[in-house]
Amino acid sequence: MYLEFEKPIAEMESKLADMKALADENEVNVDDAIKTLEDKIKQLKKDIYGSLTRWQRVQLSRHPERPYTLDYIELICNKFIELHGDRNVKDDKAMIGGFAQIDGKSFMIIGHQKGRNTKQRQMRNFGMANPEGYRKALRLMKMAEKFNKPIITFIDTPGAFPGLEAEERGQGEAIARNLKEMFMLKVPVICLIIGEGASGGALGIAIGDKVLMLENTWYSVISPESCSSILWRSWDYKEQAAEALKLTAPDMQKAGLIDGIVKEPLGGAHVDPVQMANKIKKLILETTEELEKLTPEERISQRIEKFASMGVVKEISVHELARY
Amino acid sequence: MYYVVNQKEELKELENNMSWFHRKEKGIVTPTELKKETPDGLWYQCPQCKKVMHVREHRKSAYVCPSCNYHEKISSEDYFEVLFDENEYEELDKHLSSSDPLKFVDTKAYPDRIVATQKKSGLVDAARTGFGKMEGIDVVITCMDFGFIGGSMGSVVGEKIARGIDYARKHKIPFIMISKSGGARMMEAGYSLMQMAKTSAKLALLSEEKIPYISILTDPTTGGVTASFAMLGDFNISEPGALIGFAGPRVIRETIGKDLPEGFQSAEFVLEHGFLDFIVDRKEMKQKLADLLNMLK
Repeated sequence: MYLEFEKPIAEMESKLADMKALADENEVNVDDAIKTLEDKIKQLKKDIYGSLTRWQRVQLSRHPERPYTLDYIELICNKFIELHGDRNVKDDKAMIGGFAQIDGKSFMIIGHQKGRNTKQRQMRNFGMANPEGYRKALRLMKMAEKFNKPIITFIDTPGAFPGLEAEERGQGEAIARNLKEMFMLKVPVICLIIGEGASGGALGIAIGDKVLMLENTWYSVISPESCSSILWRSWDYKEQAAEALKLTAPDMQKAGLIDGIVKEPLGGAHVDPVQMANKIKKLILETTEELEKLTPEERISQRIEKFASMGVVKEISVHELARY
Repeated sequence: MYYVVNQKEELKELENNMSWFHRKEKGIVTPTELKKETPDGLWYQCPQCKKVMHVREHRKSAYVCPSCNYHEKISSEDYFEVLFDENEYEELDKHLSSSDPLKFVDTKAYPDRIVATQKKSGLVDAARTGFGKMEGIDVVITCMDFGFIGGSMGSVVGEKIARGIDYARKHKIPFIMISKSGGARMMEAGYSLMQMAKTSAKLALLSEEKIPYISILTDPTTGGVTASFAMLGDFNISEPGALIGFAGPRVIRETIGKDLPEGFQSAEFVLEHGFLDFIVDRKEMKQKLADLLNMLK
């Protein structure tokens, strides 16, 4: 599947396929022409993916073929035992988690889960968790702490679910509780934004010692669409909203709000999920090793210190203050 | 032909809209008691029961309507007056003002919006912190101002809350947060989001040190504020009729495609569902907070 801005690539690739088919059929040698075209495609891809607008990255982050949490788990882990339920209300299928083994080492992995087809999407509620999802996540994190296993979270949500029952069961409280509790977790916590990182729904499982974003993801206080609808009073300014929000991985790194970026294969994670997963696996193992060199107290205080220093304010003078 | 018909209909509609030309409803419909002369700054009319009273009387009853108990939305200045003994307090961190780290522009540039709001409201940003005595007990109170870009939380609000908590930790005195906000401030995007994390981090430290934290959720408290410090009180308290929620009512209505039940997301609803400790009338708030804190000594 090609996105709108990928159309030129699609056209050239179909041309290349035609040329190859024609060559096979007529048994003529057009290797040179094919080589030229392939080079052209390579260059075109470099040009297009090298100068993505913020909105285009948002589109890539939502690409229907993009790997989701369970895809990565399958590609990364030797073993995974999914654990269900928040022990209070129900099992939220938009938030999954369980113990996993990566190269013989145990981890707790938790993440938002989106669906691949209509039926799955419905079951997964489009990756929008309810309060019980956040409470399940917290239950599993506490369990990881109890058994001294590092925690990995995968963030990929268009937001916490804004529903009637979500309000009744305290969506705000559930997220708030996670923020506070995650700061005090004694085990290492690594958070990876693998797709969409929308607002409190994302942050609710994204308080970590290392917060990393894949190259073509977004993370902000609101989606570009909602931002457009509120500030411009129309849904038509999503491109401008994406620009204004500075919501891409490079933006967030520049602002000092994340710890790093994980490069994706050219064209996005979905182009080569295995390569992407291997990179993530390596990163998880290395980062955990590095974090485990610190004591729990050091990790907690550094985690708090990092988030506590986020924000930009200016101090105004007494003279200026007198104006108010 | 179609065009002509259309044109005729348009003309008719135009005439209908010209109410000075074709008056639809005849006669005076406003009841006489609502037509009293009310010069600005002297009289207050309750928006709920329409009762008119002198502003002094309204202020004396903590900005609550004596006849129908409607709790008027009030500013940090008013809350400080309601809670601090003799209205005496020291304002902390009042020199903090918003910056524009993202060079954010929507229909207006963010710094212009800030300056315009500062001029209009006389406030520096959407939260103020005071340190003083409440029924003789030392307390730090950070209070949000809805009049400043909908009480939205950007870096300044987050930093003021964080410093307020630090002050409470340093001096080992209770921290009281009065929330009144539409949520995070979009113009600071990622920075605003991280204020939720930052304030929660500071509250985790406050909690470790066993210093009481009272969260007062006033009308309205929604979005990222509800999903962080506002819901993290040792005591979560509200005022009658306050709107409290994570998602706003409009968003929920659009999501589920149904009208919302009466009283949905009211303080009473939130209490019923187990997320508030109690609802208190503003007139009794100070005494009740003091009683509570005295029991913790």
